[in-house]
Amino acid sequence: MYLKPSYEIRDKYLRKDMLPTIFCPGCGIGAVLQYTLRAIDDLGLNQDEIVWVSGIGCSSRVPGYVNFDGLHTTHGRALAFATGIKMANPDLKVIAFMGDGDAAAIGGNHLIHAIRRNLDVTVILVNNFTYGMTGGQVAPTTPKGLRGTTAPYGSFENPFDIAELAVAAGANYVARWSVFNYLQGINSIKKALQKRGFTLVEFLSPCPISFGRRNKLKTAPELIKWYQKITVPISKAKDMPPEELEGKVVIGEFVDRDRPSLVEEYEAYKRRAKKIMGWEE
Amino acid sequence: MRYPFPVGDADFIQGDEAIARAAILAGCRFYAGYPITPASEIFEAMSLYMPLVDGVSIQMEDEIGSIAAVIGASWAGAKAMTATSGPGFSLMMENLGYAIMTETPLVLVNVQRSGPSTGQPTLAAQGDLMQAIWGTHGDHSLIVLTPATVQEAFDMTIRAFNLAEKYRTPVILLTDAEVGHMRERVYAPHPDELELVYRKLPANEEEAKYPFGDIHGDLVPPMPIFGKGYRTYVTGLTHDERGRPKTVDAEIHERLVKRIVGKIENNKKDIIDYETYGLEDADIAIVSFGIVARSAMRAVKELRKEGINAGLLKLNVLWPFDFELIEKIAENVERIYVAEMNLGQLYHMVKEGANGKAKVELISRIGGEVHTPGEIVERIKRDLR
Repeated sequence: MYLKPSYEIRDKYLRKDMLPTIFCPGCGIGAVLQYTLRAIDDLGLNQDEIVWVSGIGCSSRVPGYVNFDGLHTTHGRALAFATGIKMANPDLKVIAFMGDGDAAAIGGNHLIHAIRRNLDVTVILVNNFTYGMTGGQVAPTTPKGLRGTTAPYGSFENPFDIAELAVAAGANYVARWSVFNYLQGINSIKKALQKRGFTLVEFLSPCPISFGRRNKLKTAPELIKWYQKITVPISKAKDMPPEELEGKVVIGEFVDRDRPSLVEEYEAYKRRAKKIMGWEE
Repeated sequence: MRYPFPVGDADFIQGDEAIARAAILAGCRFYAGYPITPASEIFEAMSLYMPLVDGVSIQMEDEIGSIAAVIGASWAGAKAMTATSGPGFSLMMENLGYAIMTETPLVLVNVQRSGPSTGQPTLAAQGDLMQAIWGTHGDHSLIVLTPATVQEAFDMTIRAFNLAEKYRTPVILLTDAEVGHMRERVYAPHPDELELVYRKLPANEEEAKYPFGDIHGDLVPPMPIFGKGYRTYVTGLTHDERGRPKTVDAEIHERLVKRIVGKIENNKKDIIDYETYGLEDADIAIVSFGIVARSAMRAVKELRKEGINAGLLKLNVLWPFDFELIEKIAENVERIYVAEMNLGQLYHMVKEGANGKAKVELISRIGGEVHTPGEIVERIKRDLR
């Protein structure tokens, strides 16, 4: 892969009149966005055949910055909107750019059902362990014991592992990286964008302002160093006992398979219906 | 084009079934729903027909997802519909507001049942009138149609799609369990007999730059649907003519919301539809809608037989509302009765319209049974004694 200079990517894909972004210093969303755009660019995908969908939150503002068709919807509902777009026009490629609270809390039901149906969509999930936009409340992903404004003494709940959840619900492709793993990240997005069915690439992404400074991780470099400490490659994790994996986050490719996608299933269903009704042989 | 039901012919079907067939004839090719009594038959009919006409019918995980998918499909270029009843209607309120703000054409059918909450799932009510008009938060306007017969359910479904496409707005078809489950003779026109409306698309790239701008002076911007190279950005945040979020600019917010409200209010004449009977010489007017209007019609005939000059105003459109029409009627009658299956919702709108020029009385009925004509007659005669 040839890495183009950032400004080429910026000039080709961002809406200049929308800049600067709303993102805080040290935020990881810009990095994840860059990986996604680089993946699109590298694959030579047609900009006019891609629709970006999002819900509510910092990362959900991304479809506004990119020069594509985009639908910035209601909190948690991006994948339900995406279902309508994809099924009404299967020629469109749909990217859902989501945050962890948006995807796994208020949108949790849409997430698992979109995966169960194997909806043809690529989810880019920015996981910063918190609700950044509203000021750092605990999320369903906040590691137990870490602080948010709504759990000032440390979260007392168990967090979701979104990647594992996606695998269990039946996704065709699931990978997780931290923003630090940029090459793996770009390659995973490229893979995801080329597959049918539900694909998800999750990124651990720093939010020093809302999350970090409440948890002794005041800057992006501190958060990235922390990611290095807590992440374990999936190949290594396989041989580790559960006690050692306590408090760790597994990164890598979780699944890569080719179950029939929703669009494929519905096409077959239409043929079946016409056959049963005697409309077609 | 082959249809999986009779066209250019009459059939004896339920209201729910009629709505599904009419939707398909109107060009609806995307349906998303969630099972709920008494609207499930619409979904079941759509599930049976859609794959045969190369459309999509999909069961979502809830009603929030259903209307979300419908909005997505509409932006992908499809005519799209969902149907529900009370509890599901409540769940749809947030995304209904999103559809209004993003000017997304869609049809939302509410086959009303008795509430609040789970209430009486199998029995009719008209308790969602105010919610249909005002249920989603913020300043807004939309269109609400209401049928009294199975034929009207059919015809108004087609009209609902036409209005949605013409004004780039969600349209609610507000019916009830009685009309939804009743079987009547329905004539389904051949598609060639139908006048169908399709949304305005941008004529060129320049027009496509303003998906939310009044570029034609009719308050309805052309809709640059996805996948055509327009690179449209759609957001529920307050946005300017180009669709860019502008969330702290009072002037932009006012311009946007006033245009969205204005495109409905300024076209009242085109949208509003009603029928009258005997109002010309009436001393007493009954205002009613939906299934209750049929009892009210019978009551008017009975009253006139007994020498009481009664008249009927049957509303086919509940919003936008013709306050001026009510005032005109109020000027010519002594008393206006509002018969409805709730504790008084249309009543308040009629009272506002009457503007003190006639006394406005409510004939209310809740619990799932429609007013009998005799009940309405008795009430009016009692008041006259």
